[in-house]
Amino acid sequence: MNNSTISKKTISKRIEVLKTYKIYIGGQFPRSESGRFYDLIDEGGKKIANICLSSRKDFRDAVIAARNACSGWGNRAAFNRSQILYRMAEMLEGRKQQFIDELVQQGNSKSQGAKEVDLSIDRLIYYAGWCDKYQQLFSSVNPVASAHYNFSVPEPTGVVSIIAPQSSSLLGLVSVIAPVIAGGNTCVVLASEKNPLCAVTFAEVLNSSDLPAGVVNILTGKISELSSWFVQHMDVNATIYCETNHAIQKMIQEKSAGNVKRIQLYDKIDWNKSEGQSPYFIQNMQEIKTTWHPIEPIGSGSGGY
Amino acid sequence: MFFMNDKDKFFGFLKSPSVDQVGLEERASRFTKRSIKKETKLNGLFLTLNMIDLTTLEGKDSEGKVKQLCYKAQHLHDTYPGLPTVAAICVYPAMIRIAKKALAGSGIKIASVATGFPSGQVPQKVKIKETRFAVAEGADEVDMVISRGKFLAGEYNYVFDEIATIKDACGAARLKVILETGELGTMDKIRRASDIAMHAGADFIKTSTGKIQPAATMPVTLVMLEAIRDFYYQTGKMIGMKPAGGISKSKLALHYLVMVKETLGDAWMNNEWFRFGASSLANDVLMQIEKERTGNYQSGNYFSID
Repeated sequence: MNNSTISKKTISKRIEVLKTYKIYIGGQFPRSESGRFYDLIDEGGKKIANICLSSRKDFRDAVIAARNACSGWGNRAAFNRSQILYRMAEMLEGRKQQFIDELVQQGNSKSQGAKEVDLSIDRLIYYAGWCDKYQQLFSSVNPVASAHYNFSVPEPTGVVSIIAPQSSSLLGLVSVIAPVIAGGNTCVVLASEKNPLCAVTFAEVLNSSDLPAGVVNILTGKISELSSWFVQHMDVNATIYCETNHAIQKMIQEKSAGNVKRIQLYDKIDWNKSEGQSPYFIQNMQEIKTTWHPIEPIGSGSGGY
Repeated sequence: MFFMNDKDKFFGFLKSPSVDQVGLEERASRFTKRSIKKETKLNGLFLTLNMIDLTTLEGKDSEGKVKQLCYKAQHLHDTYPGLPTVAAICVYPAMIRIAKKALAGSGIKIASVATGFPSGQVPQKVKIKETRFAVAEGADEVDMVISRGKFLAGEYNYVFDEIATIKDACGAARLKVILETGELGTMDKIRRASDIAMHAGADFIKTSTGKIQPAATMPVTLVMLEAIRDFYYQTGKMIGMKPAGGISKSKLALHYLVMVKETLGDAWMNNEWFRFGASSLANDVLMQIEKERTGNYQSGNYFSID
């Protein structure tokens, strides 16, 4: 036997190193504390990967991480938040091919995949630009009938739980996360159950984008198991739901009353179109604070206090 | 020195066994594997609340802060009827009088640190004076620190005598001896310091001041619990245990309870013999209790800030 036949026999069948898709909590990539997973099957019935089946305790841990990150992220300079969102776009650009491959694995064509990744990058740039501009748009100086300077400014709502769009694996995810964090909130996101690959890989992009740990936390798992926890948790200030299931919509409306959560149902939005991006998505997760500041009437003869 | 003549007392601590650190850590981690759910968990949480020494030991402590803490000790979460109170509040000697007034009639004990807490670097006569002052002000319990410098220099007799002297100054007040295990370095030394403290008359041994990292850990606490167990077999005398510092989550508190039960037994499962030195643990326990009642994970916004 000569050397070339040995190498053919032993080396040609290299065992591929498969990626373990894990969840993203507080800047770490743990497996689900429950130890459970589900099989991700492609259209041909072939198994693609094991995906973590997150439990309510993973969600609880993620909310703690998001809450801890809240004040730090909300108090960053708006310009700095903008820089970080731009950095996310840069990192995504650099890993374009990996996302396209995953989209193809999940049943998209190559050109569809390339288009979706490009749109996702552009969407991040779009919201990076808005980070230090929506404040001017949504704040106001209000006329009042007394000697007060009265003004209203938007402030972050806090921790937002997001049930991401099921069909749009990457673009949908980016389109709901970006406006939430651009507005200084932190979030816990449940990725698409059928198409979770891009969400986990997107977490890796976030992790290398100077985004502080805990600002975005990404779980994979079943909506049916987790949705009520996403709404019931008393330390979550707002919930976004992107599907059309009326029973879940009703449940969200009802259970959010426990701590009067802000609710947004994005059920009729085509994320591929221009309606999928707007500063109003940022405004939806802002609270307006109004301040009454006593002043002397302008132009009154006697100055000084 | 009459202590020196009491051979049993004196030689007791020289016989401290050495500690198998690997085995100890393995054993301590086993206690975290018990599954405690539903009713058992709830009972454990109630017990934890009742074992807390609610603590404020800051340079910035004020009269208002101590009053607020005393109020909290009695009204942990008023929307939940039938909650137990904490065991005691733990303050600096200058705050005892304020706490005494605020806690009158509540049955909650007042623990005061003394002997130059947290470093213990003051002359012994000052330590004695401070202890007497604390007791005269109305402290039910005194938390003293040992002289770690002397201990590490091998002057065990000095440490022993000092504890005995402070015990003497305590009168009827119970004495908790803080070993400050984070400064002692090895498990063998922690075991020896525990033995010295118990033989010298401590009513409680306590891990830490809370000012040094690492503070209480499960392996360290286990060494001390085993020392207590051996001391009990040897003398028939029960000694209390107080881990302090770094225990801020209910789950961890439940792990500690498991460890106490499986090392010392049911007799220690009350606040007469076991305490948590903590400030933020109470709120986390309350949040877990509310979770059990309502089914919802809780938010800090609906509980007291401190």
